[in-house]
Amino acid sequence: MASVHDGSDLMSALVEVAKGSTLPKAPTGIRGLDEITRGGLPRGRTTLVTGSAGSGKTLLGLQFLVAGAREYGEPGVLVTFEESAEKVSANVASLGFDLDALQRDQLLVVHAFRVDPADVIETGEFDLEPLLLLLADSIGRVGAKRVVLDTIEVLFGAFREQSIVRAELGRLFRWLEERAVTAIVTGERGDSGLTRHGIEEFVSDCVIVLDHRIREEVSTRRLRVVKYRGSAHETNEYPFLISAFGFVVLPITSVALDYGAPEERISTGVARLDHMLAGGLFRGSTVLVSGAAGTGKTTLGARLIDAACTRGERALLVLFEESPDQVIRNMRSVGVDLRRWVEAGLLRMWAARPTVFGLETHLAILARLIEEVAPSVAVLDGIASLTHGPSGAEVTSMVARQIDLLKVRGITALATTLGHEDETSTVGVSSLVDTWLLLRNVESDGERNRLLFVLKSRGTAHSNQVREFILTDGGIELVDVYVGPGGVVTGSARLAQEAAERGAKLRQVEDLTRRQRELRRGIVEGEARLAVLRDELAAEKAELERIDARAERQAADAESARSAMAVRRWADSAPCDEAPRHEAPRHEAPRGEAPRGGARSDGGRR
Amino acid sequence: MTGPGTPDMGTGEAASAETWELRLYVTGRSPKCLRAIANLRLACEEYLPGRYHIDVVDLLENPRLAADDQILAVPTLVRRLPPPIRKIVGDLSDTDRLLVGLQLRPRQGSPT
Repeated sequence: MASVHDGSDLMSALVEVAKGSTLPKAPTGIRGLDEITRGGLPRGRTTLVTGSAGSGKTLLGLQFLVAGAREYGEPGVLVTFEESAEKVSANVASLGFDLDALQRDQLLVVHAFRVDPADVIETGEFDLEPLLLLLADSIGRVGAKRVVLDTIEVLFGAFREQSIVRAELGRLFRWLEERAVTAIVTGERGDSGLTRHGIEEFVSDCVIVLDHRIREEVSTRRLRVVKYRGSAHETNEYPFLISAFGFVVLPITSVALDYGAPEERISTGVARLDHMLAGGLFRGSTVLVSGAAGTGKTTLGARLIDAACTRGERALLVLFEESPDQVIRNMRSVGVDLRRWVEAGLLRMWAARPTVFGLETHLAILARLIEEVAPSVAVLDGIASLTHGPSGAEVTSMVARQIDLLKVRGITALATTLGHEDETSTVGVSSLVDTWLLLRNVESDGERNRLLFVLKSRGTAHSNQVREFILTDGGIELVDVYVGPGGVVTGSARLAQEAAERGAKLRQVEDLTRRQRELRRGIVEGEARLAVLRDELAAEKAELERIDARAERQAADAESARSAMAVRRWADSAPCDEAPRHEAPRHEAPRGEAPRGGARSDGGRR
Repeated sequence: MTGPGTPDMGTGEAASAETWELRLYVTGRSPKCLRAIANLRLACEEYLPGRYHIDVVDLLENPRLAADDQILAVPTLVRRLPPPIRKIVGDLSDTDRLLVGLQLRPRQGSPT
């Protein structure tokens, strides 16, 4: 049952009325169908299920009977006009329906009629009383509450007198209604009407149309409730799936925008990325990782799963491009061991080539997986591959529904898609996701390196910086990039840049020490030179003193010698002339050494 | 399970002719069924005198025979012998079609 949105009073009142709470319903056991019909088929009435051959009419009817017998305590009767009873049993045995056991347990009666118009000749009036008698007998025998007639329209082919068949079928439908059994009659889709022979005229309560289209070599099954008297029902076309679990209708009722928004953050499994996103992803948010081939999208998804499983949460990994084993192997090479999580029962991997099923089938499978696994984290790897075939609009719609499916259940989802090198997502769902990470290859110096951008992250102050994204044995590393004149520098160029910077630093240090050494040596040399100079100076001073002393002595000697000679010669004039000449330096020297005395003498002269 | 019809074993003129085993499925004594029984008797007396055996089965007594014998409509006449099995549905009011159905007369042939 769809939950009533907390809208206005009028709105909720309308929804209440529309739900038709008084109309009793018989659940079909097909969950999605019960959701679409808000509880099942009209109880005690007849529902027409119509569709082309192989559209799943019989299976729907059978599942209705089996669910009634097994789960709801409502035994049933099947009358088939198309196959033998053995064939019906064998066909559904693979789905886990043991019709023989149900018959032994008196929960089911199966009758099969082979109708071959060629061996019947009509002469005059007839009626279909035996069918009614047989039904009455069977219903009474097991206390049946459910009846399936598959495909009753065959009777039109069995008899020539169509008016009698028509009248008799009318009687049959009225009779079923009087019996208050919940019935499904199936019909073949006709060119003009819902059924080839217009039996919808007898069924006024509920009509379900099954459709089986093949587009671009991919088959897609859809179901639509065309009419449901006295009850609200969803009118859209819903994808359904005939799977190993039986008939599965996608249990989404609408793409509504009414999911909660938890504040809790969970790790992406890459610490540096968590930091870029201001603490991780919001629980229940949706992340789109786009990028060219080989940029590491799957690895990011695997890290998210690894982180979730490490926390003990369950995870779902849906692969559209690779097999589970391949992914396990590849992820091991980057340090993520997914196998242990699979073995621990925390991780469910599911792989299907996009072309194997129609989009709706993929959606239905996803819904089924979500129901089974109840994951807290889901990764859809390679959603862009789904575009092989159907049109872009359909893919966008489908991916939107996938995202919605995950979102309403509060599942944190990461979808990877092959994007081109521009910032528009090929799948066109970028507006639906909360966080968009772009991985880009940058080619330079003969190598490709990965860059990670956070293009958007709703509700989060996220880093605007580009990081280089490196896959190593130990996992993912996010490294700062160098921004140079030629753009960001990555890979070997970044390493070269780092080396160059290291070298420059080293050179700088070397330069300094050399200079220090040079200076020290200069100082030492200078000091040595200084010592030599001092020695020389001292020696010269000493020499000068010695010379002065000798000169004085010589002068004294000469004076004494002259005096002696004069005394001897009796000379008188000569010594008078010579005396001032010899004594002059002695008189001038005190004047030069003491300029003040000079200044005084000058001042005295002025 | 013999119905109201008498299991007549009429003596036929043709010695080579085999006995015809006919079974007529009915539901009670509805007018259609009674008409069918009467029409069948008349036809047999005229075209198979002494060489037929009619077995009338009332499905009201045993409805499950409808499933076992693959009878959807009443009245249904089944020619069990001679083979092959033939089914003729209706009140047998059209004797020509009955004879064609029983292969007593070639299709579209005119009565003699």
